[in-house]
Amino acid sequence: MTNTLQRTLKNALNFKKKRKLNRSKWGDAALFGLLLIFGVFSAYPLIMTVSNAFKSLDELFLFPPRLFPRNITFDNFRDLSELIGNSWIPFSRYFFNTILITLTGTVGHVLIASMCAYPLAKYKFPGRNIIFTMVVYSLMFAPQVTATPNYIIISRIGLIDTPLAIILPAIASSLGLYLMKQFMQQIPDELIESAKIDGASEYRIFFQIVMPLVKPAWLTLVILLFQRLWTTDGGSFIFSEELKPVSYALRQIAQGSIERAGTIAAVSFIMMIVPVTFFIISQSRIVETFSHSGMK
Amino acid sequence: MQAQLIQPTISKKTRRDLFWREVKKHKHSYILMAPYVILFMTFTVIPVFMSLGISFTSYDLLQPPRYIGLDNYTKLLLDDDVFIIALKNTLILAVVTGPVSYLLAFVFAWLINELPPKLRAFMTLIFYAPSISGNAFLMWLIIFSGDIHGYLNAFLLNMGIIDNPILWLKDTNYIIWVIIIVQLWLSLGVSFLAFIAGLQSVDKTLFEAGAIDGVKNRWQELWYITLPSMKPQLLFGAVMQITTSLAIAEVSMQLVGFPSVQYAGHTIVTHLIDYGSTRFELGYASAIATLLFLIMMGANLLVRNILRKVGE
Repeated sequence: MTNTLQRTLKNALNFKKKRKLNRSKWGDAALFGLLLIFGVFSAYPLIMTVSNAFKSLDELFLFPPRLFPRNITFDNFRDLSELIGNSWIPFSRYFFNTILITLTGTVGHVLIASMCAYPLAKYKFPGRNIIFTMVVYSLMFAPQVTATPNYIIISRIGLIDTPLAIILPAIASSLGLYLMKQFMQQIPDELIESAKIDGASEYRIFFQIVMPLVKPAWLTLVILLFQRLWTTDGGSFIFSEELKPVSYALRQIAQGSIERAGTIAAVSFIMMIVPVTFFIISQSRIVETFSHSGMK
Repeated sequence: MQAQLIQPTISKKTRRDLFWREVKKHKHSYILMAPYVILFMTFTVIPVFMSLGISFTSYDLLQPPRYIGLDNYTKLLLDDDVFIIALKNTLILAVVTGPVSYLLAFVFAWLINELPPKLRAFMTLIFYAPSISGNAFLMWLIIFSGDIHGYLNAFLLNMGIIDNPILWLKDTNYIIWVIIIVQLWLSLGVSFLAFIAGLQSVDKTLFEAGAIDGVKNRWQELWYITLPSMKPQLLFGAVMQITTSLAIAEVSMQLVGFPSVQYAGHTIVTHLIDYGSTRFELGYASAIATLLFLIMMGANLLVRNILRKVGE
């Protein structure tokens, strides 16, 4: 901890000097031109999503498309709520399902993955290497590989058509555990040792000393799982209409052609604003977590 | 751990005792780990082996699986033309989007790193936001829409580059490029953040030392100082990008349809979804999954070995 602090301080002091080293003006100009072009490429669809969500239908089909709407209107959101009002399940129900899945899954993941990460990061015991190696290997294939057997397992346990079918596999996501374990490794051993000498139990050390120290990593785990669960549509695991998440309902509405462009934008706006806002707030801590993400 | 260090002259029984003593000593660790490990085994480790097992059977979830040997694999590789198309598309997508996205993630992280902190945070957001924006990528449906209202068509028509609107999402010549562009747009994810963090933690005194030792420009600085210092992050980023680039499906299904025109956007994963979730031919789906698993692991381990050797 103090190490990072010292390093940041030193960097801050060196900042002016550093910029003058080894930099040509032309190189700067060319590279930042490149950054600008790709920045526009990256931002354009997002800006259009936000702006289209607040455009009226006639403004939507103007060419060139306006980057910012002249007349801001909430028509698209009204249309959306009308379309939703016509469905036989109240829309609040879809929202409730998504919030339930997202909250339970995210809290469960942060807690359970951290509980597992702590011994992996700080103790040597039989089985540790095997488990961590399996976690690292599991980063090397996409979850789609295990989709079929997962379906069989979940249906055998009797979880099909329950929120747990989505929540439990998400809790076991391995990227979160990996990042948490890497981050915990930098906690000084002395801190844990001295707590032990003071008579604290392992569990107390974990909850009262380790967990508060790894807050940046929590935020990272939250955003990684949040975006996965927030946008889940239930897939083939949930088929009862009243258990379907909001993303499913929104997708049904958004399906269709360009005439629904405004509604699609309104839907996308709602789905993207939550994770993006969260990232804006916690960005510096999330980036900090990744400085320990390295692999050997 | 300790048990392995003991001389082999110690009898088997003592060694076992030592092992159990070690296990008991770390009782707390096992208790803390239990919930995660159980879930991880159930939903990740066991499924990999199950997938392998089921791939030798014919199974539809209603009747018990029937052993059919390698039939699924021979059918997949010899008789299934659609799979060959899917395999080809997947490899094209992976070979293009994998390295390009990796390079972009690094180059942007590297450029952003020199900006003042506020601007740096802003640019990080701009590049990272697409990957966490849920289905905002559907905006590309409007950009690539085939009628004259699609932004790209309208733009090209206005400029006089084309005379008739192009069906970007239906024309087999363009489908794969549309997927590549959108996938690249989405691809600055966790590896991008890892590179930013890695660059920030490179010891800055190394640059001064380098300048004294004769490092002349930013490229030499990058090659001799920056890259070697952030090798662990580079490895992590490679794993993330390879895995994602071989698993492209969602973008294809949402933008060019499922199935796409003449399967031009069909990938191994969409093929897997087709057999696993639509047709319920689980044996066949498992064979696809097992092949995909091998391709992903193979690509990852190969690249990892290459990257490890860089600079040694």
